[in-house]
Amino acid sequence: MSTTTSPTTPASAPETPAAPRSNQIMKEILGGSAAISVLAVVLALIAGGILIILTDERVAETSGYFFSRPTDTLGAAWQAVSGAYSALFRGSVFNYATDRGFAIAIRPLLETLSFATPLIAAGLGVALAFRVGLFNIGGRGQMLIAAAAAGYIGAYVPLPPVIHLVVALVVGIIGGALWGGIVGLLKARTGAHEVIVTIMLNYIAFYLVSYLLRTPGALQAPGQNNPKSGPMLDSAHYPSLLGPQYTLDIGFILVIVATIYVWYLLNRSAMGFQFRAVGENPHAAQVAGINVKSVYVKVMLIAGALVGLAGVQQVLGNFTGGFAAGLDAGIGFDAITVALLGRSKPWGVFFAGILFGALKAGSFTMQSAEGIPVDIVLVVQSFIVLFIAAPPLVRAIFRLPTPDGSFQWRKPVIARKAEVSK
Amino acid sequence: MKLELRGITKRFGALVANDHIDLAVEPGEIHCLLGENGAGKSTLMNVLYGLYQADEGQILLDDAVQSFSGPGDAMSAGIGMVHQHFMLIPVFTVAENVMLGNESTKPGGLLDLEEARSKVEEISARFGFDIDPDARIEDLPVGVQQRVEIIKALSRNANVLVFDEPTAVLTPQETDELMAIMRQLRDEGTSIVFITHKLREVREVADRITVIRLGKVVGEAAPTATNAELASLMVGRAVDLTVDKGPAAPGDDALVVRDLTVTDLRGQVLVDGVSFSLRRGEILAIAGVQGNGQTELTEAIMGLQHRVHGSISLDGEELIGRSTRGVLDAGVGFVPEDRKEDGLIAEMTIAENLMLDRSTSEPFVKRGTLQLADLARFAEEKVREFDVRAQGIATRVGRLSGGNQQKVVLARELSRDLRLFIAAQPTRGLDVGSIEFVHKRIVETRDSGVPVIVVSTELDEVVALADRIAVMYRGRIVGIVPGDTPRATLGLMMAGETPAEVAA
Repeated sequence: MSTTTSPTTPASAPETPAAPRSNQIMKEILGGSAAISVLAVVLALIAGGILIILTDERVAETSGYFFSRPTDTLGAAWQAVSGAYSALFRGSVFNYATDRGFAIAIRPLLETLSFATPLIAAGLGVALAFRVGLFNIGGRGQMLIAAAAAGYIGAYVPLPPVIHLVVALVVGIIGGALWGGIVGLLKARTGAHEVIVTIMLNYIAFYLVSYLLRTPGALQAPGQNNPKSGPMLDSAHYPSLLGPQYTLDIGFILVIVATIYVWYLLNRSAMGFQFRAVGENPHAAQVAGINVKSVYVKVMLIAGALVGLAGVQQVLGNFTGGFAAGLDAGIGFDAITVALLGRSKPWGVFFAGILFGALKAGSFTMQSAEGIPVDIVLVVQSFIVLFIAAPPLVRAIFRLPTPDGSFQWRKPVIARKAEVSK
Repeated sequence: MKLELRGITKRFGALVANDHIDLAVEPGEIHCLLGENGAGKSTLMNVLYGLYQADEGQILLDDAVQSFSGPGDAMSAGIGMVHQHFMLIPVFTVAENVMLGNESTKPGGLLDLEEARSKVEEISARFGFDIDPDARIEDLPVGVQQRVEIIKALSRNANVLVFDEPTAVLTPQETDELMAIMRQLRDEGTSIVFITHKLREVREVADRITVIRLGKVVGEAAPTATNAELASLMVGRAVDLTVDKGPAAPGDDALVVRDLTVTDLRGQVLVDGVSFSLRRGEILAIAGVQGNGQTELTEAIMGLQHRVHGSISLDGEELIGRSTRGVLDAGVGFVPEDRKEDGLIAEMTIAENLMLDRSTSEPFVKRGTLQLADLARFAEEKVREFDVRAQGIATRVGRLSGGNQQKVVLARELSRDLRLFIAAQPTRGLDVGSIEFVHKRIVETRDSGVPVIVVSTELDEVVALADRIAVMYRGRIVGIVPGDTPRATLGLMMAGETPAEVAA
């Protein structure tokens, strides 16, 4: 009965688009400090090391006579882990083993940045939506639509140099923005939950783009039977930043600009102020005259545009030879992890994206040099998410104090209810 | 049964909610636990009821040490609790609620509803309640629901009964009836703990009074103590309980509300044909028990309700159909009744909260960019002016006490050019010092010529502030009476009756 007498129940609840419960979960996830993020990475690397030891053949062999000569096992374990992680470093930051000069040795770092580029762009899109209290799981769909739009211009609409690139880029970003905007519009108008809508739109985008890639005259390369687009015209390629021997292209500059823009948007602009207000407490925002529904539409447009930038990067930067429906390469989902690890702060996302780019770049060296499957890197990434999602766990392991004295796990439900209504 | 608490200490991290509290309740005694919100009363009772485990100290019943690991243990030891928010299932009948958690069954696992019914009837007869065991809870008035809670506790042979702020949801008449029931229970030998922060009730019913402040017992008092004495014990300093307010100098009609009706999504009428007018420089208090349409009335004015009919005109401008932004721009200041949920954003700083309802235009926004330097200057000034106790303007609002939070809301709303000021439950949950401050600012706002609406469920507040009083009951205004109307008359009106002198 307390619900009808309790002052906390807003009479207009069904008409106020709000997700207080998921907001709470998000607050706990994002409430962690930078220390939590760093420690989560450390823990994940330790867990990954344990897995490497457990799957290493030398370790398995020597453990057969562990009790007569334990040093063999321990040595093998050390070898396995240090070998793996030094290979990861060589493959992602600096290849100290090469004797072909600095220009080659530094290549892995640039490789990392180039892997990081789409991750940062998409991560910013997810993070921005997070800050408004929306789970944008639709990165894949937004990337695909943006890529298809940019790819069509890039491959089939010849335009003068520079203009071609700019038009393809802008059209792609608009494609992503519209695909994201649909989500915001549905949420604002009908109250549809954005998680369900974005997941469904992922499928729609995937099959739509697949269809277009199989349709001659749409995206399919002329005279081809494969579901693949034609190559991008030269004038639509992202120019390389440091010369043709490196993969890094102008896309990296674009994501730096995007990061600065998101920082400005969230911390200095009136619109961003409204975004944050709605994200923290949509009720209070509404009472303060902020149009919550229009905020949902606006933020999803911008989030879609940012994710779209990642899609454009894929077609105009990475797969210039033509793209297929698998072009998102899991980036749409990795972006969620990147946003979480970066605690949805623009520069946090930036560095989290670089870390993930490094893991990706290094994993290939790890496999070729040490025979450690690429999957182990995926496991490490998954562990990072796991630890990020459970800040109390990380705090317990490292004995960190709880950030907020009032936060208690064991508070009884009844007592909590009573407090809420006071 | 004699209840004794010895040296109860309960900590939450660094916060000591209860600090070596001793309390003894004799059989056949009404023992009042008096203290401000946040003094630690509810924590203490949750320890007693087994919801919290004390860090130190003992609970004794008839001199035997008890250890409760949950409410079940406390109940079986003979402790009953009537919560502020009823723990009843609305769609169940009275008998079903009474047996809930303590079901007796017939062979084959069938519920023995007969037994529950006869229990309800037996206890009702003993206290002269008129309760149908087969009535559904949601159909019963709040006061009757509370009696069901009492029956529930008594049906489990409770010898110690704890009432946690029981009068918050009752009309004055229902409160009087509850007090009569408490006396009757006492005379039958039940030990009663009565938790409250309302001084009048304490003096009326208590045999002994224990005052708690900041988690500690600060003293005992006799029921003969004056309000001022009790209040100063509670607050720790002398307090002035009266509002210093000169006579109103009302001007022309500013706000005219005609036939205002608000319905919810299911078509239920929440505000039913309400009409009133309000003059400049006048405080109209809207009194009534919580949940009789006051909330929806203020939300309708603010553009927060969607199914609204009738007319609300402020200085001749129609407000219905405007967005909340539009209503704010028309010069309406609003203090929502639930400041944590609707008034503030806990994670944002004091400065950010001070610009919350001016996030679209100057002075704090120019060409879409926040003017942080201007905002900081403004915030520093307001923090000083409204005496907000905080480390600085970058402190998150969620870290402030309730009183300081409310000062932030007031500072924000009163720093605009207002043509109407609405304050809903402006002092709910505040300490006495903050209440004085808030009341003073409300009267100052009136004296500056702004029409003011104060919505309050606290009769003391209504009487202290109002120039005129509108009493709401079930969505209607029962009557609009002068500010000096006797409490008894107001009480009757809050129960929906129209006293003869008002009708005339």
